[in-house]
Formats: sequence, structure tokens, C-alpha cells
Amino acid sequence: MLDIKKYLRLSKLPHIWCPGCGNGSVVRALIMAVDKLGLSKDEIVLFTGIGCSARTNVIVDFNTIQTTHGRTLAFATGFKLMRPDMKVIVITGDGDGAAIGGNHLIHAARRNIDITTILINNSIYGMTGGQYSPLSPQGTYATTAPYGNIEPSFDICKLVEAAGATFIARSTVYHIQLTADLIAKAIAHKGFSFIEVVSQCPVGYGRRNRMRTPYEMLMWQKEHAVLVQQAQRYSLEEMKDKFLIGELFVNKEKREYTELYEELRRKLAEGGEG
Amino acid sequence: MKEGVIALTKRFKVVLNTKWCKSCGICVEFCPKKVFEFTSDGKVRVMREEMCVGCRSCELRCPDYAVEVREGEEE
Ligand SMILES: Cc1ncc(C[n+]2csc(CCOP(=O)(O)OP(=O)(O)O)c2C)c(N)n1
Ligand code: SF4
Ligand code: SF4
Ligand code: SF4
Repeated sequence: MLDIKKYLRLSKLPHIWCPGCGNGSVVRALIMAVDKLGLSKDEIVLFTGIGCSARTNVIVDFNTIQTTHGRTLAFATGFKLMRPDMKVIVITGDGDGAAIGGNHLIHAARRNIDITTILINNSIYGMTGGQYSPLSPQGTYATTAPYGNIEPSFDICKLVEAAGATFIARSTVYHIQLTADLIAKAIAHKGFSFIEVVSQCPVGYGRRNRMRTPYEMLMWQKEHAVLVQQAQRYSLEEMKDKFLIGELFVNKEKREYTELYEELRRKLAEGGEG
Repeated sequence: MKEGVIALTKRFKVVLNTKWCKSCGICVEFCPKKVFEFTSDGKVRVMREEMCVGCRSCELRCPDYAVEVREGEEE
């Protein structure tokens, strides 16, 4: 049995998240993954930015660094270049990662730097009171979209894949075991790996979108997620309001950034021309 | 030792950390044996521990790490 307390800072609990918030479950999935891989707490560095999702690194007993809003991947990139031996993990939100941090996200993916990024997609800016994000589905309600959001959302997994990442997956808090398995695969993958975890913000999103309880939000995740292996059972029409979960894309050929950097450094140190 | 057909039923202890629990109701809904219940003042409590089958669904799904299921002695 997993002893989750071994990986938590007990003095920081109870955590500050609202009742039923999905963030605590994403942390559990991450710990399940780390435990499965048999990694020590000391070889992991967890970077976060700003937002409720960023508070994950208050309670997890890894090396933790909280950075500025949206810039987490820039800090993490610098650190990974300095310490390529460490497992660098980034946790971000849909606002932090896809709005203000979207540019850093695509460039980290393009470089294929060996960082695991977990984007907790709760469809809203939770911390600041429920503004819609680039991942809020069209037609949903937010404090900044009281008549319904008219903006189409990104498929963030496709965006990051197109930008050059080499491991892409999606899961939900309801599918917590799958989430843990995918995080473990992502950490083991060499290169930029990205996992979107569809999560629940009962306070900022659920209440405004006809889901009164955390349980209803979890059931929404269950009913709208389709395992990629089973996608062919559904017609295009049926897939319209659903989303794929599972391992969506892997590329083992593309070279990883810190390796290329080290090769170049060696060549120059030996007096070569690069 | 005699070969018996005595069914060994496992007992479980369901330990709720009330300092961490936020009464979100997730365990109440997911427990297949209705072990948890809301009290009249909206708090979640362990009401029917003896019904627990040890599936650990509550432990896995609690976002606050407030439930622990322990294997008790066999009867
Ligand atoms: C530069 C800057 N701009 C704006 C803010 C205000 N702010 C704090 S958190 C946040 C949004 C976070 O949303 P998301 O990433 O979805 O995280 P959640 O709180 O939902 O986990 C914003 C806009 C800030 N702290 N810094
Ligand atoms: S506002 Fe939303 S995301 Fe933030 S802690 Fe509350 S439920 Fe979680
Ligand atoms: S799931 Fe956890 S926090 Fe929610 S009511 Fe049950 S024990 Fe309490
Ligand atoms: S282990 Fe299963 S049966 Fe026992 S209390 Fe938890 S959810 Fe209910």
C-alpha cells in the first residue's frame, strides 16, 4: 500500500483548497507515479507558477520552487540545463499554462527539453474568482462570461504536440489511476512530456455551470472522457461533446535538448568548432 | 488442523481525520457500502464501518487525504 504521508509536508495540511477541489487528487496521482517509479523525493524538483494549481508545491515534500505567473517553464528550463540529472516536473493551470504562459509552453515543447509538465485544466481561473481561460469550453459560464463564453477553446494537447513535444497524454481526476500511470510514463520519457488533467473547481466553475457538487463534476468527467483505444466505437457526431483520454502521442526519435547542449559543450571544450 | 469451510470475513477500520476532512461528500457518493453519511450539521462521518469491504475507493478519491482504510483482525 502506498503511504502517501511519506511524500507530504504534514505541517502544511489541511491544504487551503476548497472542499472537493481536484488539485489534491492530482497531487495524489503524482505521488502514486513517483512511488511506482521508485524515485527518491530528493531527485525531483517540482516547479509551479501562480494560481490554486501552484499551491501543490506547498504540500508535496519534493524540492519545490514557486515562480512567477506563467513563467514556470522558463525557470524550469534554466534549472534543467544546470542539473540535467534531476527529474524536473512542472505543475501549471489552464490560465497559468495556456494563457499568460502559453508562449513558454510552446517553446519548451519545441526544444523537447526533458521536463514533465502537468497542466491541471479546471476550465477556469480559480484563484482570482472564476474568469474564463483559453481552455474554458465555448458556451460555459464564468464571472467574465455571464451570458456564456463565445470564445472557442484550445485543444491544448494538439497545440503542444504541434509545437514539438514528444509525449502527450490526457486524463481526468475521475480516472485517477490512469492519471497516475500516465504521469509515471511521462516522467520516464526522455524529452518534453505533457499531460492535461481535466479537473474540477467546484467553487469557480461547477456552481456556475449547473454542477452543484464535486461528485457531479467527477461524473461529468466520467461521461465525457473516451479512452483513445475505444474512440473508433464512437461516431464523429457522438464525439462532439467528448474528449479523448490516454496516451495520445509519443515520438522516441527526436533528440532531447539538454543532450544536444551537452554534446555541443563537450565539442567546444575539446577545441572544436561546434 | 481440520479442513473447514468457515468463511473468513475481513474487518476493516475506516479512519477519518476530521481535522483534514472538508465534508465535500465525494466518499459518501463513491463508497459502495454507504459507510459514510452527512450529519444533520453537514459534516461527513463514518457511520457503518462494519459494512466496509476494503475497496479503498474512499481513500483513493478523497482530495484531502482524510480517509485511511486499515485491515483489521480476521474473525
Ligand atoms: C503577472 C500576473 N498577472 C495576473 C495575476 C493574477 N492571477 C493570479 S492567479 C491567476 C489565474 C490562475 O488561473 P489558473 O492557472 O487556471 O489556475 P487555478 O487558480 O484555476 O488553479 C491570475 C490571473 C498574477 N498573479 N500575476
Ligand atoms: S477556487 Fe477552484 S481551483 Fe481554487 S481551490 Fe477552490 S475549487 Fe480549487
Ligand atoms: S472525500 Fe475526504 S474530504 Fe471529502 S468528505 Fe470524504 S473524507 Fe471528507
Ligand atoms: S474502503 Fe470501500 S467500502 Fe470501505 S469505506 Fe472505503 S469506499 Fe466504503
